[in-house]
Amino acid sequence: MTFINYASREINCKIVYYGPGLGGKTTNLQYIYDSTAAQSKGKLISLATETDRTLFFDFLPLDLGTVRGFKTRFHLYTVPGQVFYDASRKLILKGVDGVVFVADSQRERMDANIESLYNLDENLKQHGYDLMKVPYVLQFNKRDLANAVTYDELRKELLRKDEPIFEAVANKGVGVFDTLKAVAKQVLMELRKGSAG
Amino acid sequence: MTTPVVMYEEEYALLKTVISRLCVDANAKFVFLVDKNGQQIASYGEMTDLDTTSLASLTAGNVAATDGLANLIGERGFPVLSHEGEKENIHISIVAGRVILVVIFDERSSLGLVRLRVKRASGEMNQIFEAIDAKVTRERDMGFSFDSPFAEITEDDIDALFN
Repeated sequence: MTFINYASREINCKIVYYGPGLGGKTTNLQYIYDSTAAQSKGKLISLATETDRTLFFDFLPLDLGTVRGFKTRFHLYTVPGQVFYDASRKLILKGVDGVVFVADSQRERMDANIESLYNLDENLKQHGYDLMKVPYVLQFNKRDLANAVTYDELRKELLRKDEPIFEAVANKGVGVFDTLKAVAKQVLMELRKGSAG
Repeated sequence: MTTPVVMYEEEYALLKTVISRLCVDANAKFVFLVDKNGQQIASYGEMTDLDTTSLASLTAGNVAATDGLANLIGERGFPVLSHEGEKENIHISIVAGRVILVVIFDERSSLGLVRLRVKRASGEMNQIFEAIDAKVTRERDMGFSFDSPFAEITEDDIDALFN
């Protein structure tokens, strides 16, 4: 749920990176953090286990600049991908403005992708959202791996509407900002629609 | 998509007045308002180095997780949370069912005093949030918000953000 502060002339939007465990959600945020100028970002907070698996969420506030005199700040969150952290995932989706689904391209992770996408749909519904209407981008990550399935195969299994798809290698930064830009664009365009009543 | 939460200058000034008075009356170091989605609304106090954006996100996460705990044991939620540290303490409460009020205090104050002052301030803030709701509803009924910053946003504006 976007927060518009006319007093401080700020727009705050919440973007959630969703997807199966070890698919690269945290890596997306880490790359954005490492590539952004210090004055444009806050701290990257990771609530992780000892083995660096996300326990609750990762959080990165990002100032993108000014639109029509309003400072735009995107709050980027990841969810824990492991199946048993469903309660955490539900909590983090609360008030979401846009979702990025980070799919793992490896063949053996295809079932995990499908299960996670189904779980996203279910958890959005519980907050009163509809995946078909929420600003949404699909990212095929780990495109550089030898066991990656084809683009068409992933598309066939994971496409839900006409969402933009980006091929990525998140640890090298490939596709990371294209993905973020696409979802940010949808969120801001949605706000334009909303403002027209 | 859900309707954006809006904060106007007039109500923002009123909230600032309430939280600054709360900070003084409760002998607190810092008072902070954040919405349940983790967006900061207003703050007042002496902790100048505090990372308020992270504080907002973690506070909302904490409240959400505690609500989850409450549900597990059959409660609707825990409207008041308190964390006691060696030097600093945090008192968290829910205002108007959707906004989180955070008070950070040390040994110069006490939990009892903070609770007492928070109760009074919460009542005042409830009224302010009701006024904001009424204003947003009025604007929506009129068709659209005339001073919306988004009505004429273009793809070029958005592209410029990433350059």
